[in-house]
Amino acid sequence: MKYVNKPVRKKDAMQLVTGKPVYTDDIAPKDCLIVKLLRSPHANALVTSVNKAAAMKVDGIEAIYTWEDIPQDGRRYTQAGQTYPEMSPYDRLILDRHVRYVGDVVAIVAGRDEKCVDKALKLIKVQYEVLEPILDFHTAKDNRILVHPEDNWESLVPVGADNKRNLCAHDETGSGDIEEALKNSDMIIDHVYHTKACQQTMMETFRTFCTIDTYGRLNVVSSTQIVFHCRRILANALHIPKSMIRVSKPRIGGGFGAKQTAISEVYPAYVTWMTKKPSKIVFTREECMTASTPRHEMEIHVRLGADKDGTINGIDMYTLSNTGAYGEHGPTTVGLSGHKSIPLYGKAKAFRFVSDVVYTNVMSAGAYRGYGATQGLFAVESAVNELAAKLHMDPFELRMKNIVREGDVMPAYYGQVNTSCALDRCLDRVKEMIDWDHKYPVRDMGNGKVRAVGMGMAMQGSGITSVDVGSATIKVNDDGFYTLSIGAADMGTGCDTILAQIAAEVLECSIDEITVLGADTDSSPYDSGSYASSTTYVTGKAVEKCALQVREQICRLGAELLKCPESEVVFDGKFVRQESHGKLQDEIKADTETAENTKDSTGFGGRRVSLSDIATASQCGNSIALEATVTNSSPLSPPPFMVGAAEVEVDLETGEAKVIDYAAAVDCGTPVNPNLARVQAEGGILQGIGMALTENITYNKKGKLAENSLMQYKIPTRVDIGHIRVEFESSYEDAGPFGAKSIGEVVINTPLPAVSDAIFNATGTRFYELPITPEKIAMAVAERKAENE
Amino acid sequence: MNITMILNGKKISADIDADMLLLDFVRDHGCYSVKRGCETSNCGLCTVFLDEKPVLSCSVLAARADGKTVTTLEGLQEEAAEFGAFIADQGAEQCGFCNPGFIMNALALFREKEYPDEDEIREYLAGNLCRCSGYEGQLRGIQAFLAWKKEKSGKGTEEA
Amino acid sequence: MRVIREYKRAESLEEAWQLNQKKSNRVLGGMVWLKMGKMQIGTAIDLSGLGLGTIEETEEEFRIGCMVTLRDLELDPGLHTYTDGAVRESVRHIVGVQFRNLATVGGSIYGRYGFSDVLTMFLAMDSYVELYKGGVIPLKEYAKMPYDRDILVRLIVKKEKAVFDYQSVRNSQTDFPVLTCAVAGTESGYRFSIGARPGKAVLFELTDADIREADVENVAEYAAKCVKKQIETGSNTRGSAEYRKHLAGVLVKRAVCKLEGK
Repeated sequence: MKYVNKPVRKKDAMQLVTGKPVYTDDIAPKDCLIVKLLRSPHANALVTSVNKAAAMKVDGIEAIYTWEDIPQDGRRYTQAGQTYPEMSPYDRLILDRHVRYVGDVVAIVAGRDEKCVDKALKLIKVQYEVLEPILDFHTAKDNRILVHPEDNWESLVPVGADNKRNLCAHDETGSGDIEEALKNSDMIIDHVYHTKACQQTMMETFRTFCTIDTYGRLNVVSSTQIVFHCRRILANALHIPKSMIRVSKPRIGGGFGAKQTAISEVYPAYVTWMTKKPSKIVFTREECMTASTPRHEMEIHVRLGADKDGTINGIDMYTLSNTGAYGEHGPTTVGLSGHKSIPLYGKAKAFRFVSDVVYTNVMSAGAYRGYGATQGLFAVESAVNELAAKLHMDPFELRMKNIVREGDVMPAYYGQVNTSCALDRCLDRVKEMIDWDHKYPVRDMGNGKVRAVGMGMAMQGSGITSVDVGSATIKVNDDGFYTLSIGAADMGTGCDTILAQIAAEVLECSIDEITVLGADTDSSPYDSGSYASSTTYVTGKAVEKCALQVREQICRLGAELLKCPESEVVFDGKFVRQESHGKLQDEIKADTETAENTKDSTGFGGRRVSLSDIATASQCGNSIALEATVTNSSPLSPPPFMVGAAEVEVDLETGEAKVIDYAAAVDCGTPVNPNLARVQAEGGILQGIGMALTENITYNKKGKLAENSLMQYKIPTRVDIGHIRVEFESSYEDAGPFGAKSIGEVVINTPLPAVSDAIFNATGTRFYELPITPEKIAMAVAERKAENE
Repeated sequence: MNITMILNGKKISADIDADMLLLDFVRDHGCYSVKRGCETSNCGLCTVFLDEKPVLSCSVLAARADGKTVTTLEGLQEEAAEFGAFIADQGAEQCGFCNPGFIMNALALFREKEYPDEDEIREYLAGNLCRCSGYEGQLRGIQAFLAWKKEKSGKGTEEA
Repeated sequence: MRVIREYKRAESLEEAWQLNQKKSNRVLGGMVWLKMGKMQIGTAIDLSGLGLGTIEETEEEFRIGCMVTLRDLELDPGLHTYTDGAVRESVRHIVGVQFRNLATVGGSIYGRYGFSDVLTMFLAMDSYVELYKGGVIPLKEYAKMPYDRDILVRLIVKKEKAVFDYQSVRNSQTDFPVLTCAVAGTESGYRFSIGARPGKAVLFELTDADIREADVENVAEYAAKCVKKQIETGSNTRGSAEYRKHLAGVLVKRAVCKLEGK
């Protein structure tokens, strides 16, 4: 392959490294009204009155909207970016009299500049009837306090939601007889695992600007992963037709799923729609930390039964997921906690997976890389690691004994066949990379520190089976360069480049000859958006098929120009040439060379015509469109697989723990761009390490979040990590473009079990809750020491 | 109040409010590379040079830059492209939002120490957060740049 | 960022002091901490034109101007040699180089913040603050004083025959410390300055006489025990009182082990 599986530079790389103004706030019109939000200080309250008189008098203020401007019995909407009909409940209003978490929006203020808006915000007087909040998700189900008591709460799809029970979703699935499988097991691992509502913490906060265009339509430019869903969400929220809205995206400063929910758009959209003036909102980091869309807090009870020889017979899982004040992504994330963890264990005779998603009065959770699989894998892989320890079996060996193999049917993975799988090779490779045999389980460094290793496996999906849609339009321009139009959103991942690589491979041209047009609801072909690890596999396949169709169009017009049957021509990327039967290769070559400068009756030198000439010809007296659009969806979601191992250095007295080395092997099928795939893996791994060690979420008794800034919420810095090493062990997925699957999410999943098992090996204590802070480690070690003395 | 500074080699005079931050001032004067990522001086995205020292422009009053020189990436385009190419060759620029601050601070590092070792690189750049790359690709890019620089200057066979 | 009505680069200490007497006015250090506050400031007073940004070293002392940055402290060769690298260690974890190019000694010491590595470090040394009106006051006294409207002009460290060590524990490397510990081993014993308790740094002393009287085999362990018995710690999101007390013991023990060798 010439372009696929090659480490090419991203198309926008040089613009980014030289700091060009390509992000939302760089291109927003200078005369935008500045929009800011007044937020509730209470976790659960009714707004009894809002006095905005003094605020309205501030010079420069354009408008202040409160719940009184929004019909409270109007149809609610969801902000979740999902294919319609959304599984997330319709439980929001633009401004709701009932505020449901500390940070929920009470008023929208728009003014000429930040200063006047800040002043006005301080002058708005709000009276609340403070209600008792539900802050403990264990108490949410069937609590007499209801987060969503309203009659116009709506669930469009049966997901087991019931607002009168604070249930956002409920599900039960299984296969085989789990109780039997566990009863017949020699050993049961039975624990409850707890992960918190960690934040994506992309560097660019949420930001959107809106204008009214020539046709009186609302134009939205936003840092979003989901232009088409956003259009629908805004239409629903504003109660205006979708045809009156256009959504597009510029360069995005990271998303990781945060921007798979329309967090910021609705506010400037409302302001601009009402005032007909351009407006913009730029979320502060504090708003990103306290009023956005973090990972779902989950408590997962796992019972795992195995035999003495290590065969895992059955896995029983119950997930309790905390969706917070609104149901976004609640019903959809929970499923992955079981369906993208349990299937790793191919020998299991039975499984059961039950889940509840509950409403509480904290910030609404949403989509964050891994999307439920991360939490489930922490639980399952930790349980398997514990099993290995109890059986005195090497964790790698235990995995090898049990893993799903290529060709296996996966009952816990929607019954799909494992069509491409190099998980076994990933296991071997990582064990080698980390030098496991010399390091397992722990080495005393003699200076109060020990170094221990731990490992974990992961899987994910590649798009949502039979749901996610990816499309591509490719057209040939004069001079013979291409324009590739997509609806998927490059949020820094480089999908614009990767999709161009796929197109270039098919069209046999260089990547520089392909211009990529980003997502715009007016001009892009439909795409669900960049989430669910769908872009390479689903949209990439659309690009591949589309490029093939364009080749056909090129050949058709080329044959017409060469005045020969279409069946006789071939396209080599530069020329359409007529191939004759019965002539030797050399003869054809000689003929062509002789005829090179001789124009015959076709007008072209000999039996070939250049792409550039074809393109020129298409612009005069032509009825063959040199353009194609292909829409693709897949009945399969072939899982990528990954194995990771961490070497952690622990100071047993202070409890400080540092990952000094992390080795990982990924099976993402063919890596379309190995550089980008590698960096995605390295980035995801560090996010996982952050979730395991330093990223904590704590609420006070009133429902206020302590980690409301980067000063309090600590993501890993350069000095918090040693080295991360990633290699590829590739299977070949026939259904994917050039054998590719996905990589976007799976990369965050292995560090949670790997790091926590390393810490167990270092200290003798197993932790079932993350993050594992130095205090937890130090006090556990001190307690053990005291017990032994 | 009125302030005057040399911004990327050009003398700029402007009337400002006393509490205007240097970050907003430079963005108002066309330096869009300088980004805001937080309110607590933690992310490093807003790094500029103030009299050749790397500082957080979000934490400096524009008034404090009166009479001084301020440099942003807009004023270091050649150096940025030269060094940035090595980051781009790793794919480590990713979303790019951290790039200007990171590259400014990396250039500051190279000015303070021509050939820093890995620990020095990590520590100097610790105040530049990145959520996309995991830092590893950026380190590779820096090391490749330093190796190239060394070879270019003919120091290839000398000891580090 | 809150509102500042006026900015004044003071042309003399007297002018700065006069301006600072007004309740709504503030002296700007590096402004990094001040920036996050919510209060309205009348006039922000900048001392950067007063030549207070240097570290002077004589045979007897260091004179550190209030506008000296934490990065200046970090790189100063004199302090590095005098404290065996302890001063460098005390600041090198603080956020980042760009941050330390702004944060000032004056701001850190005046602030007397609980989390302050700088206060912890200098408290372990024979340090004094020079106030514009209040004169020269020992740092350990200043640390206990309430905020006032005097101007902190410089920090003075009198040289003594001593060895130093600095340690801190953090939940992540550039975060606020969970506990800080600066130790001076002098001719007459040890001084332990422990901060981020989460309260601000306090001083414990263990003289050679105490040690002789205690007649212990392991001085380091004994020192740790003494400090743990006396220290008052509290809980916050970064750590519990119990953990901090545990850490105090660990860090003191390690410091004494290291310094005993010297």
